[in-house]
Amino acid sequence: MGEYTYSELGSILAMQGFAGISLFSVLLLMALGLAIIFGQMGVINMAHGEFMAVGAYTTYFLSVLTEQYLPSLMPYYFIFAIVIAFLVAGVLGYLAEFALIRHLYKRPLDTLLATWGLSLIMQQSFRSIFGAREVSPTLPEWLLGSYQPTETIDIPLNGIFVLVLTGVVTLGVFYLLYKSSWGLRVRATTQNRVMSGAVGINTKKVDRYTFALGCGIAGIAGAAFTTIASTGPTTGSLYIVDTFMVVVFGGAASLFGTIVSAFTIAQTQSILEFFISGSMAKVYTLFALVLILMFKPEGLFASKVRR
Amino acid sequence: MNFVYEKLFGGKQGFIGLLILAALILIVFPLFFDIFRLNLIGKYLTYAFAAVSLVLLWGYGGTLSLGQGIFFGLGGYGMAMFLKLEASSAENTSIQSTPGIPDFMDWNQITELPWFWVPFNSFTLTLIAILTIPALFAYIIGAAMFKRRVGGVYFAIITQVIAVILTILIVGQQGFTGGINGITDLRTLNGWDITSDSAKYIFYFINCGLLIAVIIASRFILTSKFGSLLLAMRDKEDRVRFSGYDVSNFKIFVFCFAALISAIGGALFTLQVGFMSPSFVGIVPSIEMVIFAAVGGRMSLIGAVYGTLLVNAGKTAFSESFPELWLFLMGGLFISVVMFFPNGLAGLWDDYGHYVTRHFSFLSTLKNKLFKKSPSIALEAANDSNVSEQQMTKL
Repeated sequence: MGEYTYSELGSILAMQGFAGISLFSVLLLMALGLAIIFGQMGVINMAHGEFMAVGAYTTYFLSVLTEQYLPSLMPYYFIFAIVIAFLVAGVLGYLAEFALIRHLYKRPLDTLLATWGLSLIMQQSFRSIFGAREVSPTLPEWLLGSYQPTETIDIPLNGIFVLVLTGVVTLGVFYLLYKSSWGLRVRATTQNRVMSGAVGINTKKVDRYTFALGCGIAGIAGAAFTTIASTGPTTGSLYIVDTFMVVVFGGAASLFGTIVSAFTIAQTQSILEFFISGSMAKVYTLFALVLILMFKPEGLFASKVRR
Repeated sequence: MNFVYEKLFGGKQGFIGLLILAALILIVFPLFFDIFRLNLIGKYLTYAFAAVSLVLLWGYGGTLSLGQGIFFGLGGYGMAMFLKLEASSAENTSIQSTPGIPDFMDWNQITELPWFWVPFNSFTLTLIAILTIPALFAYIIGAAMFKRRVGGVYFAIITQVIAVILTILIVGQQGFTGGINGITDLRTLNGWDITSDSAKYIFYFINCGLLIAVIIASRFILTSKFGSLLLAMRDKEDRVRFSGYDVSNFKIFVFCFAALISAIGGALFTLQVGFMSPSFVGIVPSIEMVIFAAVGGRMSLIGAVYGTLLVNAGKTAFSESFPELWLFLMGGLFISVVMFFPNGLAGLWDDYGHYVTRHFSFLSTLKNKLFKKSPSIALEAANDSNVSEQQMTKL
């Protein structure tokens, strides 16, 4: 590290730290959806990455549509794309729950296999519809460029946008789960399904909407993802393991834990990435996670849920 | 004799099943397929080791490991390292800047054989390594997890992450492992050309023999008291624990045994296919091994072999002619096997098999004839594989 001066090192730390924050945003958006599905319902959704890809492809599709038919709306389409990505992924999630997941609630390991099958089908669908090449939407002008607080620090605008988006979505999820009457029903179902049914909560309906919400958030993650990287048919599967680690490490059923763990994992990885190769950074990060989980299997913030 | 019959072969049904399988892979396949296809079947049968291990671990033990590829890979890499060292003797590699080390090390500016490669100069040490290292690795993972009562979904995810770590490590450390291409150009085993047709035949039969031995050993475990405990643990873990058994130790044992079996499969894979690469270690192969076991029937050791053969044959056939359709089909297979046939082919056979035997009434007469007397007569059934064949095609 001798060849860097202190101020340069500080700038590197700030920029890598911000790169980490971009990774954190995407991981957190992915993990939020998964934390709802896995933490609240105990369902392993291996197709979660593909729901993210649905969001990303929706954004791409809308960008192509807007460019062809309504070029004047180009600066604004992205906002709509986020909403539509949420809706498309959410509706698909709703259908998946209806057709597949609801039959398997008592067999978590089988859910894992079935959703893996679903993810294969979705991947091949992406490939058949959009082609095997990676695609990326045309981003509006205001997402390009960067913000330079000092000479050496260079922070990309899309990173800031994704961070803000993540903040909004996280607050929204918190509000839904902890302040709304719907969230109350979700939490009640998590804590005691039979009792919730007895007091008149339609637990099946709660399950279906919870799953749809989780998938919808994955769709938002996909829309956000397009601002940072290009999307291919297997993009989703690249992030699924990391996302699961975020949720497990944070402690399932603890949204706060998910945030902390997404931050820790993303920062560790991107700061390590500067000093050693990207692949080794990932190895060390994952290895440290596995080690910690071996000693503390319940994750950072254990849930006090009676199963 | 009766003890052997009941314990090792699993009684009448298990014995017939094993005979049919043995006849199929030892007699029918070699007669009907050329060496190229037979070698391919041999490759599939190495996956069957992993599938059988998953029947023990998942079907009976109730712990799903999404990391059997780790152990398959460790076994395969162990064998590949030995073969690679033999292929990179000083005279074969005299054009390299450092002769006597594998070519990919030379390309990555490594000038000395790394310490963990040194034991693989000896065939005996290699065999010991293949049989112990994966099991030891499984012991470490298993002890850390099961002692803390981590199981079910968490165990599945963590084994999957370990498979990811290992893959990234192998791909990233190109100089030590051969990177994404893996360890290739393996030619001889103790001076014996492994790419020749005769060697391929011999490996195929060794493979079949070991697979049958593994099935018998697994059957022995399952029919013993340990097998009943395994089932009891799967269904009511707490009750077994309260009865005074140390549940974690049983789980660790079965995990280690499963790792050992998978590693043997991996080593045989390297010998028959002639290379080993990280694409047989990661998430996708590991989860495919689960689907082999699931299609065959997660509760059936023999079914797992058929499941492996069927899925792989389908994969080869489809990816040759309709590569686009294959993933749809595979995905559909995952979903339907979970939703509609949770016990796989073996379950279908149990439910509908008697229709088949009824239509072939001579089969049941034959069965009665064979099994009225002592079981030793049943050995003759091995020669009667034609009959068994029909049964198979129906299945």
